[in-house]
Amino acid sequence: MGIRVPFGRRRSGARTESGPGRENTAATASQWRLVLRRFRKHKLAMASAVIVFLFVLVSVFAEFLSPTTPTDYDAEYTFAPPQRLHVVDTSDGFDLGLYVHGYEITRDEDTFEREFAPDESQKIPVGLFVEGEPYEMWGLFPTDRHLIGPKEPGEPMYLLGADRNGRDLLSRIIHGTRVSLSIGLAGVSMAFVLGVVFGGISGYVGGRTDTAIQRLIELLMSIPTIPLWMGLSAAIPNDWGPLQTYFAITVILSLIGWTDLARVVRGRFLSLREEDFVLAARMDGCKAPRVIGRHMLPSFTSHIVASLTLAIPLMILAETALSFLGLGLQPPVVSWGVLLQEAQNIHSIANAPWTLLPGVAVTVAVLVLNFVGDGIRDSADPYR
Amino acid sequence: MRAFVIRRVLYMVPMLFAISLVSFAIIQLPPGSFLTTYVAELSAQGQDVNSAQIQALEERYGLNDPFHVQYMKWISGIVLHGDFGQSFQYQQPVSELIWGRLGLTIALSVITMLVTWLIAFPIGIYTAVRQHSVADYSFTFLGFLGLATPNFLLALIFVWVSYRYFGQTVGGMGSPEYADAAWNLGKVLDVVSNLWIPVLIIGTAGTAVLIRVLRANLLDELRKPYVTTARAKGLPEWRLILKYPVRMAMSPFISTIGWILPTLIGGEVMVSIVLGLETTGPLLMGALQSQDMYLAGAFILILGALTVVGTLLSDLLLAWWDPRIRHAQAEKV
Amino acid sequence: MSIATDETLLELKGLRTHFFTDEAEIKAVNGVDLTIRRGRTLCVVGESGCGKSMTARSILRLIDPPGRIVGGEVLLHREGREGEPGTTVDVAAMGHRDRGIRQVRGRDIAMVFQEPMASLSLVHRVGNQIGEAIRVHMRMSKKEARGRAVDLLGQVGIPDPERLIDAYPFQLSGGMRQRVMIAMALSCEPRVLIADEPTTALDVTTQAQIIDLLTGLQEQRGMGIMFITHDMGVVAELADDVAVMYLGSVVEKGPVDEIFHDPKHPYTRALLDSIPRLGSGGRGRLTTIRGSVPDPANQPTGCVFGDRCEEFMAGRCDRITPPPIAIGPDRQVRCLLYEGTETVTGSMPGQEAPDAR
Repeated sequence: MGIRVPFGRRRSGARTESGPGRENTAATASQWRLVLRRFRKHKLAMASAVIVFLFVLVSVFAEFLSPTTPTDYDAEYTFAPPQRLHVVDTSDGFDLGLYVHGYEITRDEDTFEREFAPDESQKIPVGLFVEGEPYEMWGLFPTDRHLIGPKEPGEPMYLLGADRNGRDLLSRIIHGTRVSLSIGLAGVSMAFVLGVVFGGISGYVGGRTDTAIQRLIELLMSIPTIPLWMGLSAAIPNDWGPLQTYFAITVILSLIGWTDLARVVRGRFLSLREEDFVLAARMDGCKAPRVIGRHMLPSFTSHIVASLTLAIPLMILAETALSFLGLGLQPPVVSWGVLLQEAQNIHSIANAPWTLLPGVAVTVAVLVLNFVGDGIRDSADPYR
Repeated sequence: MRAFVIRRVLYMVPMLFAISLVSFAIIQLPPGSFLTTYVAELSAQGQDVNSAQIQALEERYGLNDPFHVQYMKWISGIVLHGDFGQSFQYQQPVSELIWGRLGLTIALSVITMLVTWLIAFPIGIYTAVRQHSVADYSFTFLGFLGLATPNFLLALIFVWVSYRYFGQTVGGMGSPEYADAAWNLGKVLDVVSNLWIPVLIIGTAGTAVLIRVLRANLLDELRKPYVTTARAKGLPEWRLILKYPVRMAMSPFISTIGWILPTLIGGEVMVSIVLGLETTGPLLMGALQSQDMYLAGAFILILGALTVVGTLLSDLLLAWWDPRIRHAQAEKV
Repeated sequence: MSIATDETLLELKGLRTHFFTDEAEIKAVNGVDLTIRRGRTLCVVGESGCGKSMTARSILRLIDPPGRIVGGEVLLHREGREGEPGTTVDVAAMGHRDRGIRQVRGRDIAMVFQEPMASLSLVHRVGNQIGEAIRVHMRMSKKEARGRAVDLLGQVGIPDPERLIDAYPFQLSGGMRQRVMIAMALSCEPRVLIADEPTTALDVTTQAQIIDLLTGLQEQRGMGIMFITHDMGVVAELADDVAVMYLGSVVEKGPVDEIFHDPKHPYTRALLDSIPRLGSGGRGRLTTIRGSVPDPANQPTGCVFGDRCEEFMAGRCDRITPPPIAIGPDRQVRCLLYEGTETVTGSMPGQEAPDAR
């Protein structure tokens, strides 16, 4: 008995009172097409998906997009503030072309600290596809082209300011995007494998196995995450290289992240186990892996995708927190969390508040990933 | 009901045992031990360390014993004598170091939880009842923002704002004039007046989660037939919403007590490090870095145990709150 | 209590309730006229999704967004107190959260729903839920209300009401729960009781018991009952009057005997033909109605039943929306087959007599 919208979309599934004839039209579209169609109606999720895509682009083409390399430094410009990028020069007439102003550096008499002010008279022309610091694209193709940069290599251009060593923050954030996003993705992939395997076994086999796995999950969940993470990452030897550390951190993140996913999978399995089509497959003599892989998993892929999307931001947040504490990734690797280490002391924050900007990147990335995940979840499950 | 409580309490025992094992395993994980760090430090300072001395120390701390022997020594000390061992770094018994700090952590977490509830409860109800209103969209967005911002970042921003606009450097929990004073009313008030900032910072993410949970639950409940029944009786709208669907939506809310504690403690650790609060966070961090294993182990063990207690509390509260669970449990026994 | 069977309690005139979704405007209730009289039972029948439930909910203004009443009247005739003349209010004109409608709900008109499990709060005791219904409308202490609740539970045939008043609904059987719902609905002595498929979720024996209970209570109290069902058997047992609904419209209405013995509308006939009957030699196939209920979002033009009708007249049925045609005392049908056969019957309540000579 449809209780509210008698013929509406909300509950137009098999359980409603609308006759069997109406379902036929819906059943012809595949599950994924339906999910996609509903997802497109989510304006916020769609907009967020576009931003997520941009983030991915940035991390794929990080070397090319950043004005310089993340390690290029110039002690002259320690904590140089962000410059404004001008598009049109109106100082004398109308002159189209990108440029930034140079810095006027003075030294405070009392504190001996250098102070930066924009020097209006100095005009540093900025161009697209310019030559700059040499780098290797994806570690393969050596080149020195950058999407944007000062036309004269070596001229100061700090669109988002400089850090303690006079390195360009924009370039560093762009490179950090690659590391932070990929560690989120890698952690989630590993958590996905663990979650599906354990959740699947738990839900499919049931009985004592189920109880044992559930206890394990409960145990993992009842240890406060941050101390656990801290403990595990403190165990990473200091002499490990960046790649090993990266891998270790991923493992640590996924070790804790898989529990939620396992619960989702288990819950689905438990309810699906009773369904007729699963019984039918079993009666047909299908072996467990086939029943799971061919019959059960496809019926809730969209739920898994939603859970995965929602797990990525958690991973990113965790990596940021760990690296911020100095327990995660270590310099010279650049991730958003590593960058935020700079902002750890009051001196940096007071003198160079732009060192907090990597935090904005974290927040925006987490926000849009959450919106996309929620969008997928809502589209995957219209009955909720 | 009594049987259920007893069963539930007994169930904690293996859980606590497992947690103590995990805690001990974690602090054993790092290669080397405190001694290696200590020796490295001494040799860096140009001091000679002879191997006999090292051996004596190893002997004393039982560092060469196998895992289970070390674990047994450690856990039996805790259970039988409340002795958490000796901190290498501070050369003091661990129990002397931790209780004060743990007290503050627990106080901070509990206060944060209460504040979180006070904020999340009305907002969650309001946004569900007035779904699609401007207030709903604004709070939902703010909630997402609160979830997306790491709380240490919030703390950093707060540090910057207070420096930039109020010319203050923040840090610590009390004003300097009370630093060495004994606990009295003045000091308590002082701490409370300084406490609201970390409380708000730590509580942001939790509040955002709770608002979302409550809103989603309530939206589900508001569509159920029993709400229509109550309306058909002629009850005023707000009264019926508070009595029926909110009551139902609260059930998952209560079960959050169990998991919100670990989250809060985690957030508290991070924020305390940034704001320099004298809670467990900075001490645990230092202990982990210098491999001060008994100190670190004690913290992880106690925080884990607290979480188990939190879960127990929320299970018991839930049984009290929801007669269906209560009766189902009673039948099982 | 004398039961005057002609006293009109509730009249629906041209009631329209539409749902506004992103894609379409769905006419769930599309111009419905009905009359509920004292001591009589009006059965509203129709297939799932024909708008009968929405009609019932519209009366108490229980339609949630995106639905709302877009036209018509719901006239409630109240009894005058102490010799004063009775008053008439239009419920459809009230705000759906006003004080006015709250006094109608439960007091003048009470409602019983389909699923007693879902329609009762599972975490509040039975006594609490009934007591609350009493105390909303009557000045009573909690203790008095409790006493009254025990009485009511006894009246609806719940054994050991003193004990079960403290039970939670999940501890009761389906039939018991529905009795609790009925007790709750009766608590303020409403003049009209709307029962929205109250027996659908119950097994057959329990169904019969609940129907007996309702008839018994009606005899004692003289309530007007609007009973919504899709079960023709229930109709035969219970109804004084019948209204047949299809796709938001009442296609035929009249006294139960006439509807059963002389159905006029092709839909009514088809509906009656699709009921298995005892003694009709179980060998023949049951007649089915061809096609299925069209998507309410794009209703056919002309007659709503047109595309499934065996007597479809091309060029007429798909163009003209049939008006209600009076074909006997209290008898109306919306079908072009009966055009020109109107009888002068005085007045059809709620409907102006079609132009009399």
